[in-house]
Amino acid sequence: MNRKHFKTVLKDTLPVLTGYLFLGIGFGILLKEKTDYGLLWAMGMAVFMLAGSGQYLAVSLMADHASILSAAIATFLINARHIFYGISLIEPYKGAGKKKPYMIFALTDETYSLVTQNEPPEGMSRHSYCFWVSLLDHIYWVTGCSLGNLLGALPINFAGIEFVLTALFVTMFVEQWLTHKNHLPAIIGVGATALCLVLFGRNIFLIPSMALIAVLLTISRKTGRRQTNV
Amino acid sequence: MYNIIMIAVMALVTMLTRFLPFLIFGEQRKTPEIILYLGKVLPCAIMGMLVVYCLKDVAVLSAPFGIPELLGIAVVAALHIWKRNSLLSIGIGTAFYMVLIQVVF
Repeated sequence: MNRKHFKTVLKDTLPVLTGYLFLGIGFGILLKEKTDYGLLWAMGMAVFMLAGSGQYLAVSLMADHASILSAAIATFLINARHIFYGISLIEPYKGAGKKKPYMIFALTDETYSLVTQNEPPEGMSRHSYCFWVSLLDHIYWVTGCSLGNLLGALPINFAGIEFVLTALFVTMFVEQWLTHKNHLPAIIGVGATALCLVLFGRNIFLIPSMALIAVLLTISRKTGRRQTNV
Repeated sequence: MYNIIMIAVMALVTMLTRFLPFLIFGEQRKTPEIILYLGKVLPCAIMGMLVVYCLKDVAVLSAPFGIPELLGIAVVAALHIWKRNSLLSIGIGTAFYMVLIQVVF
């Protein structure tokens, strides 16, 4: 990777850097407060789990002395959305070779939104772009978690900084909306998730949302086909 | 020791959720058409899902009724439609939101 490519990846991942640093710091502080675990734990969890909500969950499970089985089930429920990401990356990640296992391992919400939306800079392969985005995002996360654990609370009021990740997803959503003619998938995504949030509550709504999205997208494909036949 | 096992199990389950689709539809086998179709339309739907997911903890029934989030999102979306510059939309939108919740609300 040359300097120009690196600059592009850095620029594309800048919102994630901001979000991960602050969310990671939040995690590092929480881990220290609730379990009194130090740097090694913060880094280890950030390196091997690389999951914001999953790590926050782990802290409360450890503090509550939860059972391992319930921890496994809760982790699966929270992270099941990764299955969705994988489905849309099966084709793009084909042929990525040695980099592929790492690219799959390091797949997060934010990395997913960047690799599905952004085009690699000229002269850089898509696989290489996706790999570096994944790696940099991973490094940001480990850095944030470690800093929070080491330094504790920040002296300046950064309340609201976590909105940077919401803003990232909104931007990607608008970008998708402007580039695609068919807006039905976007509407289904928002509508189905909002509906399930109201129906099932904020703890378990993601799984029913994903199921509903998959069903509605499949139905919309069939009706779309029928219309073209007529 | 107990907690190390717990973290290891949670890390493995997380990995499982990431690797599952790739294990089922491997490099060699031809991916079924329905999965190819879903792969194409899912990114649009998932971005919508993630936006809602980020807002799941916003209390809309008590003050400030989710107004800062709504305004923040409106600013991000409007800026992006206008300039189509991701960093600009995200940067200004986030700064605007921070001012809202720290100073205004």
